[in-house]
Amino acid sequence: MLGMQRYFETIVSLARLGLCLLFAAPFLHATSQSADDLDAVLELQQRRSNTIRIASQTAVAIFAGEAGGGSGVLISPDGYALTNFHVVQPAGLAMKCGLSDGRVYDAILVGLDPTGDVSLIKLVGRTDFPFAELADSDLVEVGDFCFTAGNPFLLATDFQPSISAGIVSGTHRYQFPAGTILEYADCLQVDAAINPGNSGGALFDANGRVIGVNGRASFEKRGRVNVGVGYAISANQLRNFLGFLKSGQLIDHATLGATVATSADGRVVVSNILETCDAYRRGLRYDDEIVSLADRSVRTVNAFKNILGTLPAGWRVPLVYRRSGRRVEIVVRLVGVHATGELAAIVSGGDRPAENRSEPNREKSEEPQKSPPIHGTPPAAMLPESLRGLYEERSGFANHYYNAVERTRVADQIATRGMFKDHDGPWIFTGRLANDERFRIELSNTSGIIDLPTGTTKVDATGDLDANLSPPGSGGMLAALLLWRRLLREGPVTLGRTTYWGTIPLSQAALGRPAQPLLADVLEASVAAVECRFTVDQQGGVMGVELWPSSDADPCEVRFIKPFSNDLPEMPQIIEVQHGNERFGVFHVESAVLGIMDADTKNGSVENTLDGDPRVGSGGDL
Amino acid sequence: MTWRFWMSRLALWFAVLVIFESASAASPEEMIAGGSRKVVKLYGAGGLRGLEAYQTGILVSAEGHIVTVMSTVLDSDEIDCVLDDGRRYRAKLAGVDPRRELAVITIAGEDLPFFALLESDRVAIGTRIFALSNLFGVAVGDERVSAQHGVVSAVVPLEARRGAYEAPYQGDVYVLDCTTNNPGSPGGALIDYRGQLIGMLGKELRSTASGIWLNYALPIDELARGYREILSGESQFVTTNTITAALDPVFLGIILVPDLLDKTPPFVESIIPNSTAAQACVQPDDLLIAVGGKAVASRTAVQGALGRLAEGDPVLLTVVRQGSIVDLDLGPLQKEESRQKLLPAP
Repeated sequence: MLGMQRYFETIVSLARLGLCLLFAAPFLHATSQSADDLDAVLELQQRRSNTIRIASQTAVAIFAGEAGGGSGVLISPDGYALTNFHVVQPAGLAMKCGLSDGRVYDAILVGLDPTGDVSLIKLVGRTDFPFAELADSDLVEVGDFCFTAGNPFLLATDFQPSISAGIVSGTHRYQFPAGTILEYADCLQVDAAINPGNSGGALFDANGRVIGVNGRASFEKRGRVNVGVGYAISANQLRNFLGFLKSGQLIDHATLGATVATSADGRVVVSNILETCDAYRRGLRYDDEIVSLADRSVRTVNAFKNILGTLPAGWRVPLVYRRSGRRVEIVVRLVGVHATGELAAIVSGGDRPAENRSEPNREKSEEPQKSPPIHGTPPAAMLPESLRGLYEERSGFANHYYNAVERTRVADQIATRGMFKDHDGPWIFTGRLANDERFRIELSNTSGIIDLPTGTTKVDATGDLDANLSPPGSGGMLAALLLWRRLLREGPVTLGRTTYWGTIPLSQAALGRPAQPLLADVLEASVAAVECRFTVDQQGGVMGVELWPSSDADPCEVRFIKPFSNDLPEMPQIIEVQHGNERFGVFHVESAVLGIMDADTKNGSVENTLDGDPRVGSGGDL
Repeated sequence: MTWRFWMSRLALWFAVLVIFESASAASPEEMIAGGSRKVVKLYGAGGLRGLEAYQTGILVSAEGHIVTVMSTVLDSDEIDCVLDDGRRYRAKLAGVDPRRELAVITIAGEDLPFFALLESDRVAIGTRIFALSNLFGVAVGDERVSAQHGVVSAVVPLEARRGAYEAPYQGDVYVLDCTTNNPGSPGGALIDYRGQLIGMLGKELRSTASGIWLNYALPIDELARGYREILSGESQFVTTNTITAALDPVFLGIILVPDLLDKTPPFVESIIPNSTAAQACVQPDDLLIAVGGKAVASRTAVQGALGRLAEGDPVLLTVVRQGSIVDLDLGPLQKEESRQKLLPAP
């Protein structure tokens, strides 16, 4: 906005300058005024040139041999770059990427989001790549100055990107899926020229920050050339999916499990809902009016699709609906749009989007022509020398190697918060419930025991955990806590089949907002006949565990609140347990004792108390 | 140099300063937002090959007058008009100016934002503009129309065609350097960097000379004049909705195309030899656009307009023939009993 404002001011200044010159004779002060204006104009011009020069260094020219190519943009110094799925699809696993320094780098595929038409690649060979920052695209206004740096018509044979400038023509646009899959939701519309080959390149704001990734344009009677109408995937959508892209997975988009339609009186109402979906279990029903989703108001079906299209499957988002005048707020878990294997089939070319299909608004999306499938085409053995060892095939993944990279990163982060490996004795937590009654939890290698005012329950830690979801009504609190202890002690690798799942907003206010870096990492483990997800914040603190005994039931959600600060190892101060619509309990921990089975004494322990004074010593029992 | 001369210069200089100071108060984002509130999305007839069922309109009065292009989109009894804030109205055609291919429709809304449509001076070549339009129909409901930026590249007479037909308007237009010739754009607002309405995006036409799609707009003065003439009836193309007794022009020797649509355009299919129409040189493929100076948009309207003529009234037809407007005089309306009993050839 600022850029356009300045741009505009420049025009006014220029006009005034002209007038000043016209009237210069009688007013001497006008001459000095004009000199100032001229300086301002030149300075602005210089600043814009600099911004474009710096942004150009982050532009990637992607060449995929005979299969074509496109553009990309570097977003980290270690070489991660964003581009379009439809650029990478014909290229396969490995690409040649040119930067404005005139050099060619090898790049490998990391993650794919076919529905969102996004993919993440990694350039190798440097740790100091120039990179661009993602801006908050919700702050973009119609009329803002913007520019692209890309490789239209694959002209950049010397890797110097082509620049096209314009204004933002529209925000929060919804573009119907082209063919069967590529859907542009909540995208930015620009009149900067976006042509074939610009796909995957960045749309920059006046400060050279990335507000979107170009990928689509409206074409009609003139053929496949720009007609002043291009679309970019918003930076906020990219940010939501970035963690998933880094996970090396084939990423799915989300559905509510319900469809909506506009009613005769113009409200957006539920027109169909699956009884197996989370939204149904939370209480949403046919004909309920959708008021807002993910804290954004829903006034049209397009708005609903826009919001949903920017959210990854598996996220939990607030939903507000109205029934008979009553407003109800719920938090729903979104599920994937595609069935297992369906995305893999699409990616491998089994279900190619139709070419030139006429869309409801006569759009023709910019898609690759016939292209070879990603999987199976270039076997890992045929990768260039520099990319060897950076690819690992696994079903459901674009490149499993990078999942292991992320998993290790998160494990290392958890480890920085405290070494729990040696605490192999019983972990005992005591404190008070919300109603001031006392509780005691004991977690050990063999069992989990909880003493509550309602009685004592026990879980065998050595067998399958899905059979005993104690204490009753919690959905598996003890099992979740036992797995949490194992994660802290053993790390993710030996826990079970553990993968890096992606990121979730730590608080609902963090949805798509870069201002608060509140996206937390999530590890997913399949262990002891249950599925569980651990939420890990940026500092390596484990913030919560979700445990599913089966995929279509509500999980047990355990949240750790206010971990002790400055003390290692850290233990939570409050444990919240939720199951379905019910809050099972809030546990205020007054004492946490992490036992050590010492070979000699068998009773060493670390104790954390509320006053934050860690004591290492004997006598673990309270 | 006289004192008076310097004072006049001083006054002018301050006036200019004031104008530019006030202009710089609003950011382009605010001007686009403000302008877009006065631009509406129109939905009507069409949706077939190359004929879009949507276009753009500009609110020009608090009473709900909207200027737009005269097109097939308006050939429907159900013209839907959606405002920037999502308000939806059913619009009525108030009148057309076939020479400028301009139409005025009305909506019954309240608290309507609008551009004051004045016969202002034209802007200079090089003027920076924003074009606000419902291009490609991408904006729906309360979504804002699209904004494009550009420059007035030339002010020249329009030499354009649609298919084989020459465009009837041959006055000056602003030629723009941005691609505004897109489905849904016609009727869009052209504003300058002060947020003032300076023109209206024209219909999708090609240059007669080169065949390329033209990006152009009707200047504000032509727009305002056409609007005024439509409202005052000066253009004599105001439609009325009161139909008395329908009278088919077959008695004149004119066979219209079969009535297939809601509003079948009144094209002449054939002329009965030796009939009044044949003598007055009405020809097959003529498109009737007015009867006795009243615009007729459909076959039904032709019959209605003829039915309203009294015996002895002159039968004046206006037709579009190969892109030109031709006035034809078919003489006075004869008494019913003395009209030729003509039957179409089998």
